[in-house]
Amino acid sequence: MPADPRSPEPQRLARAALRDVAWEVGVAKPDPAIVVDGVTRTFGGLTAVAVDHLEIQRGGITGLIGPNGAGKTTLFNLLTGFDQPNAGSWTFDGRPLGKLAPHRVARLGVVRTFQLTKALARLTVLQNMLLGAQDQRGESFFRALVPGIWRQQEKENTEKAMDLLARFKLDSKKDDFAGTLSGGQRKLLEMARALMSDPQVVMLDEPMAGVNPALTQSLLGHVKDLREQGMTVIFVEHDMDVVRDISDWVVVMASGRVIAEGPPESISQNQAVVDAYLGAHHDAPLTVEEEDRVLAQAEREIAREEHVEGEVLSSDVPPQERTDR
Amino acid sequence: MGELIDALTVAGKAALGFQAIFFALLAIGINVQFGYAGLLNFGQIAFAMLGGFGIAISVSKWGLPFWVGVLVGVLAAVVLALLLGLPTLRLRADYLAIATIATAEGLRLLFRSVSATPVTNGTRGLSAFNGDFIALAPWDTARRYRFLGTSWSGAELWVALVGWVLVALACLLVWALVRSPWGRVLKSIREDEDAVRALGKNVYVYKMQALVLGGVVGAFGGMIYAVGTGSAVPDQYQNANTFLAYAALILGGAARVLGPVVGAMLLLFILQFADTLLRALIDNGVIPSELLSSTDVAQIRFVLVGLGLILLLVFRPQGIFGDRREVMLDAR
Repeated sequence: MPADPRSPEPQRLARAALRDVAWEVGVAKPDPAIVVDGVTRTFGGLTAVAVDHLEIQRGGITGLIGPNGAGKTTLFNLLTGFDQPNAGSWTFDGRPLGKLAPHRVARLGVVRTFQLTKALARLTVLQNMLLGAQDQRGESFFRALVPGIWRQQEKENTEKAMDLLARFKLDSKKDDFAGTLSGGQRKLLEMARALMSDPQVVMLDEPMAGVNPALTQSLLGHVKDLREQGMTVIFVEHDMDVVRDISDWVVVMASGRVIAEGPPESISQNQAVVDAYLGAHHDAPLTVEEEDRVLAQAEREIAREEHVEGEVLSSDVPPQERTDR
Repeated sequence: MGELIDALTVAGKAALGFQAIFFALLAIGINVQFGYAGLLNFGQIAFAMLGGFGIAISVSKWGLPFWVGVLVGVLAAVVLALLLGLPTLRLRADYLAIATIATAEGLRLLFRSVSATPVTNGTRGLSAFNGDFIALAPWDTARRYRFLGTSWSGAELWVALVGWVLVALACLLVWALVRSPWGRVLKSIREDEDAVRALGKNVYVYKMQALVLGGVVGAFGGMIYAVGTGSAVPDQYQNANTFLAYAALILGGAARVLGPVVGAMLLLFILQFADTLLRALIDNGVIPSELLSSTDVAQIRFVLVGLGLILLLVFRPQGIFGDRREVMLDAR
């Protein structure tokens, strides 16, 4: 679905739609593509994911952030069928996705990339791309034996692949083995390959990790392009500049739970998020009033410590004091 | 000098004989499974045994026509592939390897066991089942023919001819499949099956198809072996043959259509050449009998093949037909 050319800033449609949405966990979105309900996944005693309710706005870029081990990748795995939850359900366009095998989820139009890039090393770049195309007649065993059945489709797919490769500036590498590409180029290839399937939802697991800054800019551009084409993008990222730059909405996870969501500018000021990343006491740059507040808090603690000898300073602050902004 | 030429012609016959065809078909099957799909089937010989015994039991025990026996062998191979694949193909690659190696050994022991004697004749095996097939030869099978400096019986020539036609057909099939989108999915599964899943392909079905196809090709190998020797004895189907077929595949180059065929011919050539030449040299006293007796030769030739394989892996890891760039990618 191409963007409306008359609209001055088409990519901000999702942001406009989300303007009036409250900045609270589990809030309902105007037009959700994916709705997650009560999904939990435990590994032994560890609860990797416990999301009560989460809606992902259609046509927007949703950033999924959180410290290491927050359950972001596990949530991705659950949503795309690579892992099955202990409980809960989730839907895409109202269709339940639970219990679907990964390839069925992909066929519905929800494709993903992986944190550790999965370029198919001993296939050429072009073959990698062609693999992404859906409903290929030549992929069935018996029809594969009759080239007449699939040759035309193969030609069309090749043209589409070359278009995409040109967009991602990989067209000159089309006959190279994917294994010879650099890490950043592999990320590009994986994203381009996912686009071969004309997805409706693209889930990118750390698309910028290990990519040099110059390439990051072009990757960012590509992600924004996806939104302009009407796709819903969910991505995991650690670089907050990137998250601020491209996302319409940010979901923050910690210890398997969604602890905050809101537009990107709301997140860096959210105390729960700051605490989750840095602990209650951190040495991030502070504003004047924050400094005053921290100072006052420290003084209170020192005063209290003088009352209770030997208490550990950092852990005796009641939680409401830490998140009272 | 005469010994050398002699050894060359004898080895040349071995490279064209039914044993080479047997290994070629085993290796073509393994090539589909391991070379293209990345499946570790360490029990390919079990499929060959089912092929061979499919004919042998059908014809000499049940009195069915030869061609029904072929069908039985193929069906048995399909069933075995499904049985092996159903529980293991969803798991990591090693589980298929474990299951196949155990099945190959277990099936052979079952076929030679006393309780199976009424059907398989136990360790003595079955014979006299290839008459119908040999009778199809358009020439006199009782006569001997000179061919490339060696003497072949008419039956040998007929089995070899049909065998090589089978090899050619199998290669053609593999070639047609791997250049198609189907083959592309198969190769992608070898590289990373999760990536393929994420792109909407049912990996399980492709792996199963590869396992069945490779198993059926292996079963045809077993059939050629059975009609070539004229007997089906369980102990002919030692699992060492699976590994020799792997050696042939690596020698020729994995994931290449003609790799397994050339590899199998070369393997048989080297084995026979070393055997004949060493024996001749021992008989002539060129190699002193204290150093090597002719009874040692049977083992020494395998040592030579092993040595050759090591040298190959050092200097040409891609095999004869492989693409060095492709193989070196794994080292990254």
